[in-house]
Amino acid sequence: MLLVLIIALPFAGSALAALVRSNNRNTEAWLAGSIAVAEIVLLSVLRPAVMGGGVLRAELAWLPSAGLDFVVRLDGFAWLFAMLVAGIGLLVVVYARYYMSPADPIPRFFSFFLAFMGAMLGIVVSGNLIQLVFFWELTSLLSFLLIGFWHQRADAREGARVALTVTAAGGLCLFAGILLIGHIAGSYDLDQVLASGSVIRSSPLYLPALVLVLLGALTKSAQFPFHFWLPRAMAAPTPVSAYLHSATMVKAGVFLLVRLWPVLAGTDYWLWFVGTTGLITFVFGAYYAMFQQDLKGLLAYSTVSHLGLITLLLGLDSPLALLAAIFHIVNHATFKASLFMAAGIIDHETGTRDLRRLSGLYRFMPITATLAMVAAAAMAGVPLLNGFLSKEMFFAETIATHDGSFVDAALPYVATLAGIFGVVYSLRFILGVFFGPAPRDLPRPPHEPPRWMRFPIEALVLICVVVGVIPAMTIKPFLTTAARSILGEATPSYSLGIWHGFTLPLLMSVVAIAGGVAFYFLGRRRLAVAPDGPPVIRLLAKQRIFERAIVMLSWRWAKTLEEAFGTNRLQPQMRLLICTAFLAAFFPVYVQGAWPGSLGPSSIDPAFALVWAGGVVCAIGAAYQAKYHRLAALILMGGAGLATCITFVLLAAPDLALTQLVVEAVTTVLIVLGLRWLPKRLEAIPGDFSNAARLRRMRDLVIAVAAGGGLALLAYAMMTRPYPAGGIAGYFLQHAYAEGGGTNVVNVILVDFRGFDTLGEITVLGIVALSVFALLRRFRPASDNLEGPEQQHFQDIYDRAHPDRHEGSTLTDYLAVPAVLMKLLFPIIGIAGIYLFLRGHDQPGGGFVAGLTMAVAILVQYMAGGARWVEARLRVHPLRWMGFGLLFAVSAGVIALFSGQSFLTALPANVTLPWLGTLPLGTVLLFDFGVLALVLGATVLMLIALAHQSLRRIKNPAKAPAHETEVA
Amino acid sequence: MEIILAIAIGVLAGSGIWLVMRPRTYQVIIGLSLLSYAVNLFIFSTGRLGPRAAPVVRAGEAGDLLRYVDPVPQALVLTAIVIGFAVTALFLVVLLASRGLTGTDHVDGQEPEA
Repeated sequence: MLLVLIIALPFAGSALAALVRSNNRNTEAWLAGSIAVAEIVLLSVLRPAVMGGGVLRAELAWLPSAGLDFVVRLDGFAWLFAMLVAGIGLLVVVYARYYMSPADPIPRFFSFFLAFMGAMLGIVVSGNLIQLVFFWELTSLLSFLLIGFWHQRADAREGARVALTVTAAGGLCLFAGILLIGHIAGSYDLDQVLASGSVIRSSPLYLPALVLVLLGALTKSAQFPFHFWLPRAMAAPTPVSAYLHSATMVKAGVFLLVRLWPVLAGTDYWLWFVGTTGLITFVFGAYYAMFQQDLKGLLAYSTVSHLGLITLLLGLDSPLALLAAIFHIVNHATFKASLFMAAGIIDHETGTRDLRRLSGLYRFMPITATLAMVAAAAMAGVPLLNGFLSKEMFFAETIATHDGSFVDAALPYVATLAGIFGVVYSLRFILGVFFGPAPRDLPRPPHEPPRWMRFPIEALVLICVVVGVIPAMTIKPFLTTAARSILGEATPSYSLGIWHGFTLPLLMSVVAIAGGVAFYFLGRRRLAVAPDGPPVIRLLAKQRIFERAIVMLSWRWAKTLEEAFGTNRLQPQMRLLICTAFLAAFFPVYVQGAWPGSLGPSSIDPAFALVWAGGVVCAIGAAYQAKYHRLAALILMGGAGLATCITFVLLAAPDLALTQLVVEAVTTVLIVLGLRWLPKRLEAIPGDFSNAARLRRMRDLVIAVAAGGGLALLAYAMMTRPYPAGGIAGYFLQHAYAEGGGTNVVNVILVDFRGFDTLGEITVLGIVALSVFALLRRFRPASDNLEGPEQQHFQDIYDRAHPDRHEGSTLTDYLAVPAVLMKLLFPIIGIAGIYLFLRGHDQPGGGFVAGLTMAVAILVQYMAGGARWVEARLRVHPLRWMGFGLLFAVSAGVIALFSGQSFLTALPANVTLPWLGTLPLGTVLLFDFGVLALVLGATVLMLIALAHQSLRRIKNPAKAPAHETEVA
Repeated sequence: MEIILAIAIGVLAGSGIWLVMRPRTYQVIIGLSLLSYAVNLFIFSTGRLGPRAAPVVRAGEAGDLLRYVDPVPQALVLTAIVIGFAVTALFLVVLLASRGLTGTDHVDGQEPEA
């Protein structure tokens, strides 16, 4: 449980920090600080268990079905790293308390900061690789928010975006690599993956997995050529740089390389990829750093260089180099964090970070200057400081032979050269800022920072010195445990002494320091006035390659593609959709063959053939007539629908036939109501008969014939094949009565077996009805539809011409006899609906068709008497019907919950009533009644809303073409 | 029987697809209706034809596929018919609103440039 707290605490603190309302720096800092202290205490409590070489594990079930558990795993290495994250986190919190201005949104800062700490600790103590990737991406995301903290500044937004693009893209590569590793090892559990190192290395997927994981790790650790995001991230507030870009986030990459070292290292690929990248980054980072004029830019490139050193050590593939890498991770974190803080103080107290403007600050801030000098000396590798020790180990490793190649032989010289560069930029930092003549026209008069703002630097510098002087008594036990948790029995014995006698590494150190000093004094005049960035490469950087690439990818190419393939027009889209669907169906059929199956065709029923002879003519006629003769097309479409309906009757689907028949009627009424609002289209007006148009139509005809023919072939092939065994149909037929209590299996499926689907379906129906209603409330007809229909116009003229009639008489008389009959039909159709509803569970019928039938009963009244006549006599409340319908359906499900069953379980209750006989009044009936009510309400709502449009007095009709303001 | 139903499905689908690619909204709405007939019949036919009874069993009886037709495609198609009606209604209203707003019944809301 304590283990889970390691991750949970910072996130809880983050949520809490966001909730603090006032912009109180003290409250926030105390909160964040106590979280960091709690982490340190927690880790100290867990220390004894880890120091013995033990591994602590805690598991929480996450997705056990997919073999994924939330695993917290703490070993010596994770402990050391977690301590680093928590310890430096605490110091940065103290520093940030003074650095951040009260004008900044403090709760946001500390909330992000703590969440980042949690994500970082999540990476460190993850015992599951998927979980590790999750926290990995979380750090990318939070670093985006932290770098862009001053989002009003363009450079902060830019830096944040670049950092996120690079590290999150790397994270995706890492995810892919981890999936490959998990696939090879058969598990994502870290312990199991670590145990299957040899299997992974000998797998053919090793190389892609390695490359992908390295892409993730090297982008995160800002290795060449992905280093460019780190200098840009310097737009972040300095506490963020001190935390993320020295101690934690950029170390996640090398952390992962160490973590997976037993699995991935030990091959030539590893040596070449990791070693080469590390070497290039180490040298170039140091070279770049020398020419920086921005204090934080110098530190950023030096961080790039030091990360390259660590990567190079890991690439050298020897246990001792690994140990040196871990050691340097810790050392670099301490001296670099303190240097960042010092740079922040200088910036804070003078108002500039430009090395060309700063000088002679020693006389104004002697304590800070001294601290920075010590830390910079550690960075340069001066003896008696921690940086010297790990650099010495590094030099020793470069001398040792690895693969005997040319690069291997050149390694010590290259390392010494980079060492010289390191001394130069350290000297620039110190001598350039603190010594020399007093600065002129600084934005602010420089002075020492507040006491506690300096405290974190003092603590870190103290560590640098103590570790540098008595390493064996301070860092060695932790280092040994950390190395043992990676290397196991292969952990080498080593001595962490300051003095090893006159050795080659010592000579390299001396050469580096002496060379660096000489180099600095030779070139300092030129450096002091040079523009920002190294010569020649500076011009390359001005090209802004990354931005160009991003613009190219996300804008130019995208635009070209969109212009080539995109369209706002519907017809090409439909064509593309249909062709894609056709091809998607075509290929599997082409591969498998879609020839008639083994079943012989059944004998042809002449009636059926006749029905479809008519149906086919109707369908083609509808397609032909839909442009000019809308009513004819509608009638023909109804004919095709009727043929479909008869098919259902003949092929033993009475429920479908009933539903289709009623829907057919309702749809026809609906479209007829809509016809009134469409523009006149006369055949007399010539259409487009150009060759291009003919060609277009021919192409569409070919597509339509091909798709229709293909579907016919597919249908025939399917129908002549035997029914596949093992479907669910047999189960439904068998259990419909025994478990569903009904004999109409289709209805039992709808209201019982698949009741949840039906509930979703009627909800959709309700939403559609409401959308239709809402759209029609805002409906503005086009100007040419404002007048009544032509027919009505002539009727009115006729009525006016006869003194015994008044306007509207003809309309009232129209179909007078059928209208009387239709009015009389109301109770009959209504009772038919109730009948269909009640028998539905056992005989063809049910809520859907009953609801539609009752809707038809009401519609017939509207057709016979007109809307005003009906609404004067009958109060229809479609919205209430819909609401209660949904309520009934849901309550039928909830009742089952009360009796301890799962949602929507059918509870039977047969009730015997006089005259009516035994009725199955279980929850099923309640549910089906809900379906009925909703279908009735929705249908009536849509049709009445449409019918009412003719009665509305349009106040400000839309002009054609309308402008957008009139949409409202 | 199978061949007739297959031809029917093909003709309905072909007519529907032709109409769906036409420029006038009313053509598209008729096309969608024809297409939905075709798709419904296709789904229905996955239960296979053949001389079997409608899926209404006798009380107390456990049915099987030898005597009764497959009820599953029927249940699917039944809901599809109702949803198809709702889609037609929604599309009709969108069509009308678009016609009222833009003054044209072209699917793109504007007459094609000649």
